[in-house]
Amino acid sequence: MKKRKTGDIIFDVVNVVIMILLMIATLYPFINTIAISLNPGLDTVRGGIYLLPRQVTLENYKAVFASGTIFPAFLVSVARTTLSVLFGLSLTTLLAYVLSRKDFVLRKPITMLYVFTMYFNAGMIPVFFLMRGLGLTNSFWVYVVPGMVNAFNLIVIRTYILGLPDSLVESAKIDGASEMRIYFSIIIPLVKPVLATIGLFIAVGSWNMWFDTFLYNSSNQDLSTLQYELMKLLSSSLRTSSSGAMASGGVNADAVQTNMVTPMSIRAAITIVAATPILMVYPFLQKHFVKGLVIGSVKE
Amino acid sequence: MMKQITWSRIKKQKELVFISIPFVLYILLFAYVPLWGWSMAFQDYKLGKSFSEQTFSGLKHFKLLFLDDRFLRVLRNTLAMSTLNLILGFTTAIILALLLNEIKNVFFKRTVQTISYLPHFLSWVIAAGIVSMVLSTDGIINIMLLRLNIVEEPILWLSKGKYFWGIFGLSTVWKELGWNTIIYLGAMTAINPSLYEAAEVDGAGRFKKMWHVTLPGIRPTIVILLILSIGRILEAGFEVQYLLGRGMTMDYAETIDLFVLNYGIKIGNYSLATAAGIFKSVISLTLIFMANSISKKLGQDGLL
Repeated sequence: MKKRKTGDIIFDVVNVVIMILLMIATLYPFINTIAISLNPGLDTVRGGIYLLPRQVTLENYKAVFASGTIFPAFLVSVARTTLSVLFGLSLTTLLAYVLSRKDFVLRKPITMLYVFTMYFNAGMIPVFFLMRGLGLTNSFWVYVVPGMVNAFNLIVIRTYILGLPDSLVESAKIDGASEMRIYFSIIIPLVKPVLATIGLFIAVGSWNMWFDTFLYNSSNQDLSTLQYELMKLLSSSLRTSSSGAMASGGVNADAVQTNMVTPMSIRAAITIVAATPILMVYPFLQKHFVKGLVIGSVKE
Repeated sequence: MMKQITWSRIKKQKELVFISIPFVLYILLFAYVPLWGWSMAFQDYKLGKSFSEQTFSGLKHFKLLFLDDRFLRVLRNTLAMSTLNLILGFTTAIILALLLNEIKNVFFKRTVQTISYLPHFLSWVIAAGIVSMVLSTDGIINIMLLRLNIVEEPILWLSKGKYFWGIFGLSTVWKELGWNTIIYLGAMTAINPSLYEAAEVDGAGRFKKMWHVTLPGIRPTIVILLILSIGRILEAGFEVQYLLGRGMTMDYAETIDLFVLNYGIKIGNYSLATAAGIFKSVISLTLIFMANSISKKLGQDGLL
């Protein structure tokens, strides 16, 4: 056995130290935010909250959920995410199957029509006018319909289906099965792994989106989403720089005063509320996203 | 003859054709119909008038755009931020991938990866909130600088335009660094282990192996990703800039997308905003086609 050289050991030590610093730099802001969200707001202003709250309280979270705007927005976010996943998955998979059929006459033009949209779009203003023309502004459906069938997801699922043996579809056709029957009884059961990946892609994208609310539905509080509420809170506290006794978006002044919460502590609590669903599915996310990224990058 | 055959094939596959029609209509409606809106850039567009009632103005708005100091500044900001992103993004991800590849303890490596991918999944709203907390007057950065006596009083990071590009670049690195390593790590697993053994026999140490085996092994991946991102050089985005920018930093934070938003949606100057949007779309598309043909010439698969 060869002896390890000193240089080698130094390298390993330095490398491990760099990795640990990287992990701290990534995690510290989260841990700090959690600590602030659990600490009494007025106490936080004194400073000195780093990794742990000085005293644990749920007042900030109570104020968040008691405010008239956050909880409804949370429900809208859940609804848009669920529906986006349902519609997105079922429609994208169906088209992916059709485009995976090598003998299909329109395969090439339809694929091109979709792939081209990955590199080109008409721009914000024309799309805004289209949405308005279609009655999708001031409407819940703008969260679901425009992004339902997305080129990237389509290619990933299609590539996966192309990897299945051709003989499956062919023998079913010889037996006289219709296309829809082949799709439902042969393809769907086999593509479940890639559907998990794409389902998570869509869910994360939809959950994290705030810009469509901002652009299309900002005048209708009933259609506000959690990310958009967080965004409003963030920008109001950024624009009035001090973290004093300012009442902030949606959380009424009474709550701010009586419960001793501050905009900063509220913001921390909403950040955690908005991040929690992602953190909960994170173990699956990591596994499936990496897979999806690899499939997607191998063959576009 | 050809047509007849195609027609009969269509008939034979009518089930598949029938299924695909709604999808064709869908993508035409949402991705291609808006192209009609480009006509706004060539008119003095007024809301509420029909297409024939608008006054045609030719290239006026494009000319206005390039005479506008604000747009030229916006162009500078866009290029500066995307170039910075390109350089920082590539170097940090490649270095991290190289370092991760040297970690032999599987558990430790996986832990680092799991943690470093995390910010990628959170929205920019959350990330921007975290960035602004870290950079606030009583945030951790200012506390550290004060404790180390590097500064006398806390720096108002987000209020000064000159810091904005740097904050943008580093925030993006913080959020996407781990995630960007995935492709490189994947490429590294495809390197033939016998190359390392051969290098070892020749007496190569750790750094030499990284430099002469690992890095050349992922070079094709680096080249293709680099070409692709040059095609996206006008895509500096708007989310980070919108979320972290303020009035006093807008001279540095405003990008093309933000300009379109500010002129179009906020002020209602749809013609000028659309002209800016068209400028961006056309340049981007040209760059992407160029990138595509370059990557094909280099023997890589094209994009289209």
